[in-house]
Amino acid sequence: MSLLEIDNVTLRFGGVVAVNQVSFSVEEGEVFALVGPNGAGKSTIFNLISRIYDPVEGDIRFDGQSLLSRQAHEIAAAGIARTFQNIELFEQATVLQNLLVGRHRHRRSNFVSELLFTPFVRSEERRHRAEVEKVIDFLDLQPYRDKYIAGLPYGVRKVVEMGRALAIEPRLLLLDEPASGLSVEETQDVAFWIEDIKKQMGITVLMVEHDMHLVSSVSDRVLALADGQTLALGTAEEVQNDPKVIEAYIGVADEHERAVA
Amino acid sequence: MDVLQLFVSGLANGCVYGLIALGFVLIYKATEAVNFAQGDFMMLGAFITLGLTNEQFMGLPFWVAVPLAIVAMGVIGYLLDMLVLRHMFGQSQIAVVILTIALGFVLRFIAGLIWGHEPIALESPIAGKEVRFGGLVLGLDEVTIIVVTLLLTIVLYFYFNRTKLGVAMQAASQNQLAAYYMGIPVKRVHSLVWALAGAVAAIAGILFASKGSIDPSVGLLGIKAFAAAVIGGFGSLPGALLGGVIVGLIEPFASYYIAAGYSQLMPYLLLFLILVFRPHGILAQVHAKKV
Amino acid sequence: MRTVFKTSYDADINLFRHGTQAAWYAVLLLLAIILPFLLSDFATGEVTHMLIWAIAGMGLMILVGQTGQASLGHAAFLAVGCYANVLLQERLGLPFLLSFPLAGLIAGLAGVLIAIPTTKLHGIYLAIATLAISILTDDVIVLAEPLTGGVVGLFAPTINIFGIEFDRYANPNRFYWLTLVVTLLVILVYRNALRSPLGRSFAAVRDSEVSAKAMGVNVARTKALAFGISTAITGLAGALMGHFAGIFNNETFNIIISIQLLLMIVIGGLGSIHGAFFGAIVVALLPQAIAISRDAVGGLIGTGSVAIPGLEQAIFGAILIVFILFEPMGIYGRWVKIRTYFELFPFYRRDMFRRQKSYLKTERMR
Repeated sequence: MSLLEIDNVTLRFGGVVAVNQVSFSVEEGEVFALVGPNGAGKSTIFNLISRIYDPVEGDIRFDGQSLLSRQAHEIAAAGIARTFQNIELFEQATVLQNLLVGRHRHRRSNFVSELLFTPFVRSEERRHRAEVEKVIDFLDLQPYRDKYIAGLPYGVRKVVEMGRALAIEPRLLLLDEPASGLSVEETQDVAFWIEDIKKQMGITVLMVEHDMHLVSSVSDRVLALADGQTLALGTAEEVQNDPKVIEAYIGVADEHERAVA
Repeated sequence: MDVLQLFVSGLANGCVYGLIALGFVLIYKATEAVNFAQGDFMMLGAFITLGLTNEQFMGLPFWVAVPLAIVAMGVIGYLLDMLVLRHMFGQSQIAVVILTIALGFVLRFIAGLIWGHEPIALESPIAGKEVRFGGLVLGLDEVTIIVVTLLLTIVLYFYFNRTKLGVAMQAASQNQLAAYYMGIPVKRVHSLVWALAGAVAAIAGILFASKGSIDPSVGLLGIKAFAAAVIGGFGSLPGALLGGVIVGLIEPFASYYIAAGYSQLMPYLLLFLILVFRPHGILAQVHAKKV
Repeated sequence: MRTVFKTSYDADINLFRHGTQAAWYAVLLLLAIILPFLLSDFATGEVTHMLIWAIAGMGLMILVGQTGQASLGHAAFLAVGCYANVLLQERLGLPFLLSFPLAGLIAGLAGVLIAIPTTKLHGIYLAIATLAISILTDDVIVLAEPLTGGVVGLFAPTINIFGIEFDRYANPNRFYWLTLVVTLLVILVYRNALRSPLGRSFAAVRDSEVSAKAMGVNVARTKALAFGISTAITGLAGALMGHFAGIFNNETFNIIISIQLLLMIVIGGLGSIHGAFFGAIVVALLPQAIAISRDAVGGLIGTGSVAIPGLEQAIFGAILIVFILFEPMGIYGRWVKIRTYFELFPFYRRDMFRRQKSYLKTERMR
């Protein structure tokens, strides 16, 4: 049984079909990439998994159980974490506070004891802080701990976004364009981190990405999408050489050119 | 006949609320700002007319004072946008709301300083007279309000759809960047929208003052007009008028059929219910955020 | 320039960042305790008035500043707390020690009830809904005349705790200390909320509801909780206000008071406890300042001191306009900038606190 199963999912926005009968599954422990031109429906699939949208048809199963019965705020408890393409961090809070919100899923105290700040709440705070420090160490965010998000450079924000998702201690991590807007060195860091996430933390990664170098170097399998439909599934190399994928990205040679060639 | 009197009276009130609400929605559609001082604009328009035409002040003829007051309020609206609100560009909506609330306080005070806090009646040629339709006796002031509102609505409709400036205002309110590219001076157009809202408020004020005496606190009527705008649909001009008419009609009919104290509740109760069940109003225009 | 060297996680969890900060606040506390001995009875009364407004301000602050939910109707909850407190004492004969916290609880529940249907509303729509609530409460108080005394209002009985009386006129010092204790408790609860997962969930809801949900925060429930805690605190302030004023009716808690409360915390500085206090100082001291300056101006010009109605509100409005235009972070914001200037001297940069403007419509909508 796969960890995540997308089963014949369809989503329409008025007349536009964003996702058209897409099916694929993600095995536990693998790094699975979704690629495709803009408007292919990749982020929409993420939003469907996060339960921001409801599919018109089809089912989404996590660990064998349908996610469709869950609400958006119950996904984290199920063990799924995600980052956002346009960075949805808490701007008026520090990096540390953002990461600590990621621990919300592991909250064991209720609001009354928190208002009174009982010794239990204090020890819980220390525990959460220790866990978050592990994420900070992993992502080298030490110099930014107490800085407010509003003043941080883009590259750092992307890393904090990933850290916040890791703080959830998920089984499945959804990364929405983790390398977009990053320099070559920063993208290499992302590649190393994804490898460590897979091998050391045992977290399954599903990512949407445009940078084919990154995709080839870290992914186990790749699914290509265009116009809401699946085009090809396989390793990075297989997908890149698939004629349908080439047509979607670059276009196909017309009759005249083929005759000449 | 009783019912018809109530209806006309409620409709007239509703038209005043509707005109104030129209001002709200004009500004909101164009600039996303919510002008909580719109009711006080109405009050100011009425008082400027009063100050120009009443015997104890300047004593000008009524039909000279009216256009002067309308232009004056237009200028005040324009200046307000140019000098104060342009600085608020890009900030959160709540900051602008708070700003206009504070502005209302200041305007109320200034009006009281100039014209006093005692209720004064506007010396208007339509006040206190009656009009007869067959066996029906109606107040001239109320009929005038309804007729003027209708005329104004038709004028504004043609203005927005046929004139260059009106179309420019619509464009600037829907997509500022595209409007700039088309050569529309968006900031100036915004200020003109504020001027238009000020002028409409002045007309509302003159009509309202013809019905009875006024004092600086009548600006608080704006809150009811605000409720009207929300009920009708905040992004929609016809919605504003519709909302105003609904609120205007609810009040007298509620107090006729239900006990007096409860009639005051009705507009706000309706407002709350609409917000809970259909927050974008009756004639809704919905937007959502794309992640 | 101070560098804080932290050696344990507790440094971030504790209420005070370092010993010196704790010491300063200890001095402030000491000053607050001995204040009645330094001031006249009248002045002590004014400071008590300020503290009550500060409590109400903190109540509103936790909703607006922390959770980002606008409320133009908090006077309604002042009223609920006030009327509940007095009615519990008069009709059910409960002692103040019971009626006071119960009044807060009732106000809190009222807040949760209002929050539940309004959780989907944002920004201006939520503000309007709360505005409607405030006006409706005003009318309902008048309608429920047999219970609330309608327009005539109610008298607040003298506070009696274990036989000791706390009357605002007879024992102003005792009343002040009682208010001070309540203020300190509210500050403690507020700080506890901020340093725990609860406060962080509030901030998450304020900054990005979508990602808050992705982190497992139940947004609707958090909003309702924020409302409840906010209105409970405001209800307690209302109860104290009733005893302070001695007599009250629906006009004491009208829509203007709601608006004034919101304007007050914006002037003070949105998002901080200090903001509530600075705002309260402005509100409580403004009438006095106007009276003094009016006498001074009258003395110079020779006109008598004529009462100018609406002057207070107009000056309040003018102060607010100046702050919104030039210092949107409020009085506390300006204080932080000045303090940072001296801390970082000469490395302070003018744009350090530059506000982020959002030009995209989708960024302004939540």
